Amino acid sequence: MQLARVIGEVVATIKDANLTGTKLLILQPLAPSGDDAGRTLVALDSVGAGVGERVFFVRGREAAFPFYPAEPPTDASIVGIVDHWSI
Amino acid sequence: MQIARVIGTVVSTQKNRKLEGAKLLLVQPLSLDDQPRGVALLAIDAVGAGVGEKVLVVIEGKAAGDALGKKGAAVDAAIVGIVDEVSYQEDQP
Repeated sequence: MQLARVIGEVVATIKDANLTGTKLLILQPLAPSGDDAGRTLVALDSVGAGVGERVFFVRGREAAFPFYPAEPPTDASIVGIVDHWSI
Repeated sequence: MQIARVIGTVVSTQKNRKLEGAKLLLVQPLSLDDQPRGVALLAIDAVGAGVGEKVLVVIEGKAAGDALGKKGAAVDAAIVGIVDEVSYQEDQP
């Protein structure tokens, strides 16, 4: 799992049927220092996150698990909104 | 998922049986300012995308197999949406 901030959203009308009703958000991964780290990506939201929030997300096949029993085709999902972190 | 542009089609007559019936498109991942980012890849099309369209690409084997409608297919990327609109904040604290 990785820290990220939500920087935008994507609208797609024509999409895989298993993505119906899901929210697509653009994430910028973050280093623990809070600096941007790595490439932006699009993730499915499972927690009601919005633009501007700090979140954590999971990659890979496990990204579909929060939506069980549905199995949306995704390789990244937001699984938590971060209140704060410290290092 | 990545935002990408469909830049071409791929035709393959001789291929793994699990890939029969698959529509293969060549997609170029994009940065948020629509510049090419990284190397182009092949993706299964699950939504009827065409050349020139901006799409959402999932790079994960299970999702790609589901998009193809076959279990255990040797695929690792699929187009799962056609992008209407992208909005983002350039910089923020």
